[in-house]
Amino acid sequence: MEEWLHTKGRIFDIQRYSIHDGNGIRTIVFLKGCVLRCLWCCNPESQKFETETMMVDGKPKVMGRDVTVEDVMEVVEKDRNYYRKSGGGMTLSGGESLCQPEFAAALLRAAKERGIGTAMESMGCAPYETIAQILPWLDTYLMDIKHMDPEKHRKFTGKRNELMLANARKIAESGMTELVIRVPVVPTFNDRPEEIAAIAQFADKLPGVKKIHLLPYHRLGQDKYERLSREYMLKEILPPEPEYMQMLKKTAESVSRLECQIGG
Amino acid sequence: MKKYNSVRVPKTDRITKLVEHLYVKLPEIESARAVLITESYRQTEDEPMVLRRAKAFAHILENLPIIIREGELIVGSSTIAPRGCQTFPEFSYEWLEKEFDTVEHREADPFYISEETKKKLREADAYWKGKTTSELATAYMAPEARKAMEHNVFTPGNYFYNGVGHVTVQYEKVLAIGYEGILNEAEKELARCDFGDADYATKSRFLEAVIISCRAAIGYAQRYAVLARRQAAECRDEKRRGELLVIAENCERVPAKGAQSFYQACQSFWFVQQLLQIESSGHSISPGRFDQYMYPYYSRDIAAGKLTREFAQELIDCIWVKLNDLNKCRDADSAKGFAGYSLFQNLIVGGQDEHGRDVTNDLSFMCIDASMHVFLPQPSLSIRVWNGSPHELLIRAAELTRTGIGLPAYYNDEVIIPSLMSRGLTLEDARTYNIIGCVEPQKAGKTNGWHDAAFFNMCRPLEITFNNGMDCGEQIGPKTGCVEQMQTFEEVYEAYRTQMEYFISLLVNADNAIDQAHAERAPLPFLASMVDDCIRRGKTCEQGGCVYNFTGPQGFGIANVADSLYAVKKLVYDEKKVSMSEYKNALLFNYGKDVKHPLVVAQIAGKVAGELVSQGVRPEAAMVAEAAEQIIAKAVTPEQQKKYQKLLDLIEEVPKFGNDEEEVDLFARDAAYIYTKPLLNYRNPRGGIFQAGLYPVSANVPLGAQTGATPDGRLAGVPVADGVSPTAGKDVNGPTAAANSVSVLDHGIASNGTLFNQKFHPSALSGVSGLDNFVSLIRTYFDQKGSHMQFNVVSKETLLDAQKHPDKYKHLVVRVAGYSALFTTLSKSLQDDIIRRTEQGF
Repeated sequence: MEEWLHTKGRIFDIQRYSIHDGNGIRTIVFLKGCVLRCLWCCNPESQKFETETMMVDGKPKVMGRDVTVEDVMEVVEKDRNYYRKSGGGMTLSGGESLCQPEFAAALLRAAKERGIGTAMESMGCAPYETIAQILPWLDTYLMDIKHMDPEKHRKFTGKRNELMLANARKIAESGMTELVIRVPVVPTFNDRPEEIAAIAQFADKLPGVKKIHLLPYHRLGQDKYERLSREYMLKEILPPEPEYMQMLKKTAESVSRLECQIGG
Repeated sequence: MKKYNSVRVPKTDRITKLVEHLYVKLPEIESARAVLITESYRQTEDEPMVLRRAKAFAHILENLPIIIREGELIVGSSTIAPRGCQTFPEFSYEWLEKEFDTVEHREADPFYISEETKKKLREADAYWKGKTTSELATAYMAPEARKAMEHNVFTPGNYFYNGVGHVTVQYEKVLAIGYEGILNEAEKELARCDFGDADYATKSRFLEAVIISCRAAIGYAQRYAVLARRQAAECRDEKRRGELLVIAENCERVPAKGAQSFYQACQSFWFVQQLLQIESSGHSISPGRFDQYMYPYYSRDIAAGKLTREFAQELIDCIWVKLNDLNKCRDADSAKGFAGYSLFQNLIVGGQDEHGRDVTNDLSFMCIDASMHVFLPQPSLSIRVWNGSPHELLIRAAELTRTGIGLPAYYNDEVIIPSLMSRGLTLEDARTYNIIGCVEPQKAGKTNGWHDAAFFNMCRPLEITFNNGMDCGEQIGPKTGCVEQMQTFEEVYEAYRTQMEYFISLLVNADNAIDQAHAERAPLPFLASMVDDCIRRGKTCEQGGCVYNFTGPQGFGIANVADSLYAVKKLVYDEKKVSMSEYKNALLFNYGKDVKHPLVVAQIAGKVAGELVSQGVRPEAAMVAEAAEQIIAKAVTPEQQKKYQKLLDLIEEVPKFGNDEEEVDLFARDAAYIYTKPLLNYRNPRGGIFQAGLYPVSANVPLGAQTGATPDGRLAGVPVADGVSPTAGKDVNGPTAAANSVSVLDHGIASNGTLFNQKFHPSALSGVSGLDNFVSLIRTYFDQKGSHMQFNVVSKETLLDAQKHPDKYKHLVVRVAGYSALFTTLSKSLQDDIIRRTEQGF
């Protein structure tokens, strides 16, 4: 059997019938471990690579399990017929998949070799050589660009953004994958029209990029912080109103030629 | 060029007003029909039953009060009160008299009844003592079958107390040649009868009955024509006067003769639909392939420029309103099982013709739009899906689903067609199938399917297996041995199979007794005039006049039985973590929960009484109750409670049906065979076979209330699983996993239909991609040989209920703003966020 199927990695969830992250009906594999610490993160259990305990339905549950590519593919394969009908496939999410580059590459390869479409949600926060190893197996790169200002980026996510922006350009120039830019719209962080416009203008200059997604901030991960005995730092923030999102969409479209959509 | 035009037409004010008028008051019970049928019966005592029925039908149609409601374009009402109902004492009446004073205030489907109506009904009912179908059926039944019914193993209540219904007639024939044409056929057949024929007596009287019935229908329409003309003469509004005159012309023409326009076809259709429901109280009189048989009239008028799409839509909308004007009062228990005043008038669009070509047309879309316009439960709209179904049709259907109305239901041609052929239908008949009632496929105009013959609770024989054939101290099933002494799982499985086979034979006995009673006491000559091959055979449908004859009783609780047997196999025999005697004890005492539950007390008290009797002591009620109380107290000590909880925890860990795990899913498939296969060995008095269905209507709730604790961890009284769906809350891997599991079951063998419910949050269908993915989900489930799928898109009310009762909604996935979650695991404030957003899902 192909040896990459035995590659091991750490995940914290697999979610089937995901229909708003990439094309069609998708299965999302959530990889554990992240380089950033975004204050609004809706999957706080994804951040540390180490396993940790979270309360689920009132009972402690260990988040994070070590699996092989083969284990994951067994679940992903179950919905093969749904992918075929809907044009869907497998999406890697996290966390940041690039924290486990060999595992991510092996997962994507296994899917592609079986004729299953692939996508990855990622910030692109890794040396480009690491990313380059993954691109041959990746149909769609859903890349987060959260802010154009390096310092503000650091303040809200823990890291400056130069590497990620440079990677975005290189990925676009490689022409090996469909690159889609995604912006989590977080009030007080990046929800001013000029901030969104700056990202849209940057994305517009990336060769081959046609789409930008504005993802409105939501609080669905908030209670997980309590269940992990952590503090949620953005308690005062409310999700943006739909009308406001429409305004931002118009802003993005006015400064670029990109197709802009709200939500994934 | 496209084969159809799918452009939407807006709803008119007329439709809004008609709908409002319909729901102003509580529906009312009226006495006219009961009084009239009784008058007629009193005068025909010495005549053959089929003639008595026809004469009674004619007497009713000559005298039933008629009304044209304000603004109606299609006329014909069975009651003066909107959504009112008539009664049918010839089937049963005692339950209604008993419920006279409670029917107005009961929770499920209340009806207003005036004191005067009560008085008239009492007078009429007095005649029927000893003359009803239900009394004759009881007399025909084996005492063992009645015993099993008393113990709630199954209930054939539907046809026991009511007419049969559950049929689709040859609407197209009435539209084409009218009742005069059918009457001519009957007259010709009558002329062919030879005095020396062996069946001369029955056939000639039957044909006379058909002729009387057809004339009665024609006369009824003439009464409406006269009324419309009279109202037109008095009408000051010029526009309405014009409408009334057209109504009069229509009723003068149809259903006596063939329809000359789409409008007349609509009116003719309506009289057929209404009058079938005056002849008998059977529900699920299903219009079937309305988009097909109406299309020739529509396309001819459109092509000739005589009809606009707008007016055609308004007429269809008017029919949809009328379908909700018909009503039926059921007994209190049945009302719970069929909750929602539903008459299950199933109307299906799309699908194939007899050659296997797709037949989607303009009307297919307009029917879906009509349901969107009237937004009422009737008709039970269905859609046929196959590989050649246009994507656009399914998207339009998905848009209706997204509203949360629960319509349409989706059916898979690729499973149903071969399944019907395996039951003897020709290829052409199978390809042109439609659905009756909830999910039951058949060929229109040729079938008496007896589709809703009974509800069989598969969990009860399992309880009885654990008690060696006993229930509440009575030996009602065979002695299959003490489960505590069974050394292998196979012995348990075989014991269950033996109990099932015994009770299935009793179910057949009960159904056939009822069947016979209908043949003798309620032959329906008007219905027979529109179903092949009654006229040629000289018999009504009830007497075996149809080409295809079936009896289709429903099994339910498959998921519970499968999960239960699988848990017993794993925990007791494979892993040896618990003994059979501990398991049995836990079930008896409801896992230590709510031990005062009447079901728990009844079992214990029954055992005590049984033991006293065997000791030769008379079981005094007080003594039994006290002893039972003591036994229960001993069984729920803290130490015992710990054991029960441990068992529940162990059960929780055992894989459950519905999660895309092959071993347990295959186990469920085999468990379903325990019900579906033995049934195929039985025949009914009409010369047809039994065929199983796997769907529960809403009876899984009340029948669950009669079922003690089951080995899957389900507590006494909790609803059992719904149709072929996984147990509520036990499928936790999402809709694709549940659909994969359900498709492992053999849907083909359950040729009377299967029902798979899925629940969604509206946002799962939001936007174009939401609809596309939803359609892909249906298509994939169908590729995997699922038969039926319907969707509850959750409402705000459901989410509020889920906050209060999280245990009932463990499986509820909500998806808002790019993230999915199990609703019940979210914090209160986030749940509130989602509830606020629910209504903006699309």
